[in-house]
Amino acid sequence: MSVFVYAENINGVYKKAAFEAVSYAKAVADQAGTAVTAISVNPTDSSDLLYKYGATNVINIKDEGLKNFSAKAYAQAVSEVADGNIIVFPHTTDASSVAPMLAVMKNFSLITNVLEAPESQSPFQVKRKAFSGKGFMHAKAEGEGVILTVSQNAFGVKENAVSGSEEVKNLSVVNEDTKVISHEQSSGKLDLKEAEVVVSAGRGMKGPENWGMVEDLANTLGAATACSKPVSDIGWRPHTEHVGQTGKAISPNLYIAIGISGAIQHLAGVNSSKTIVVINSDAEAPFFKSADYGVVGDAFQILPALNEKIKAIKG
Amino acid sequence: MKILVCISSVPDTTSKINFTADKSAFDKNGIQWVINPLDEFALTKAIKLQESQGATVTVMNVGDAGTEPVIRKALAIGANDAVRVNLDPKDSYSTAKEIASVAQNGGYDLVLCGKESIDYNGGSVPGMVAQLLNQPFVNASVGLDVNGSEATAVREIEGGKETISVKLPAVIAGQKGLVDEKDLIIPNMRGIMSARTKPLQVVEPTSSEVKVQGVSYDSVPPRAAVKMVSPDNLDELVRLLHEEAKVI
Repeated sequence: MSVFVYAENINGVYKKAAFEAVSYAKAVADQAGTAVTAISVNPTDSSDLLYKYGATNVINIKDEGLKNFSAKAYAQAVSEVADGNIIVFPHTTDASSVAPMLAVMKNFSLITNVLEAPESQSPFQVKRKAFSGKGFMHAKAEGEGVILTVSQNAFGVKENAVSGSEEVKNLSVVNEDTKVISHEQSSGKLDLKEAEVVVSAGRGMKGPENWGMVEDLANTLGAATACSKPVSDIGWRPHTEHVGQTGKAISPNLYIAIGISGAIQHLAGVNSSKTIVVINSDAEAPFFKSADYGVVGDAFQILPALNEKIKAIKG
Repeated sequence: MKILVCISSVPDTTSKINFTADKSAFDKNGIQWVINPLDEFALTKAIKLQESQGATVTVMNVGDAGTEPVIRKALAIGANDAVRVNLDPKDSYSTAKEIASVAQNGGYDLVLCGKESIDYNGGSVPGMVAQLLNQPFVNASVGLDVNGSEATAVREIEGGKETISVKLPAVIAGQKGLVDEKDLIIPNMRGIMSARTKPLQVVEPTSSEVKVQGVSYDSVPPRAAVKMVSPDNLDELVRLLHEEAKVI
């Protein structure tokens, strides 16, 4: 029994989701009485960052051929070094593209969107998110090997420092099938799925020109911005900000919904947020039934005032 | 060009999700079934390629006879023909195996699907199909063009976009943005009538291997009653968020 974890980086820098996946792998390894080996592709960050969350071994794959992401080539690379029977991934876009390919390569079971530490390891059984956040499934893996993807912000990042060692593996994976033509990364924008605080708004904002106050509040809180489906459908905001059943499912610590009525499809994507605040001028908005805190009132007056008060408390 | 679009029959997005009394399964009573919305983006994209490039579009589903109304809807939207693999799918792997088998036998240039289904949210089938077929895979695609034996796909990455050229045959999993919401096709009467006579082939499954089982299911526990705060007392809201919820 050994536990491997894929520590995802962006341009060499470890993502928060990587630390969460390592934290999760450490919990799995502790249950099984074994250690964690982390795998990363062309990182520039120090392995010390992974020891901090419990990885005893770090395998750094060095390969120019993996400079650009390809699900198939990355799965091939991970397959070459991961010889454990449990492999943990974060449930990010890239990692959840690699994991299914790897599962087929290794003939392992794959359980995605995992929320908690395993309920048992033999057979392997774990709770996962299903029905777009409207339910949970207790999934049991058949066979010996299992690959997991850990739902972001579900398990949390847990420090668990160990002394570790690093090994560099030089691979030369061939990728003739895909070629990256261009790569656009908007700088300074918080990743919605990783964000611990999300400020989201809907049609109640009346128009895209009013989003400045939503962004001001998000900036004060260090939050990512999001929106409801109608708002992205009309083109007020990019569809990358749409949270809900057919958009992104998120689990921040704090979700502030402004001018969003709370259709069942929207709730599906956000109801695993730990704390929900709803601000709406309509006291009958169904979202209040699913909120922890609610304010009935005019967003155009509440947002600037709330922003000032939060600024004051944050010093 | 031959395109295979994989669709899943899922509970309508407005459905309340309930489980059977013993919590061992999803309770299908009273559920309206629809094409998985993320698959619908893929289907619409395929129909656009059919119009612009003369592609043929086959739609397929792994499911029992109960999924046929959803397959007929896909035919009414514009798919040329359909295949149903007669298997009530138990997990992503068994579904992917059947899709890969149909794709292999049909010699498709492109397999298109949604990046996940809105019911079991595995997000695993497209990548598994790609690996079973030993074809390149682009996930979370928000743009796609085909030019001869190559496709150009745009995929969403955290905080941005990446444009990739992909050698065909390939598997592309789409999401919102692959086509605009306003371009989704609502079947007209002519489409509905012609769908009745389009070929729908039923094939038997090739294997019954299952790798993951749903042992039991839980509903989401209800939240405690909402605490309402007056808009004139936002200090109280800030205090609650700071001291009680400890989130700011």
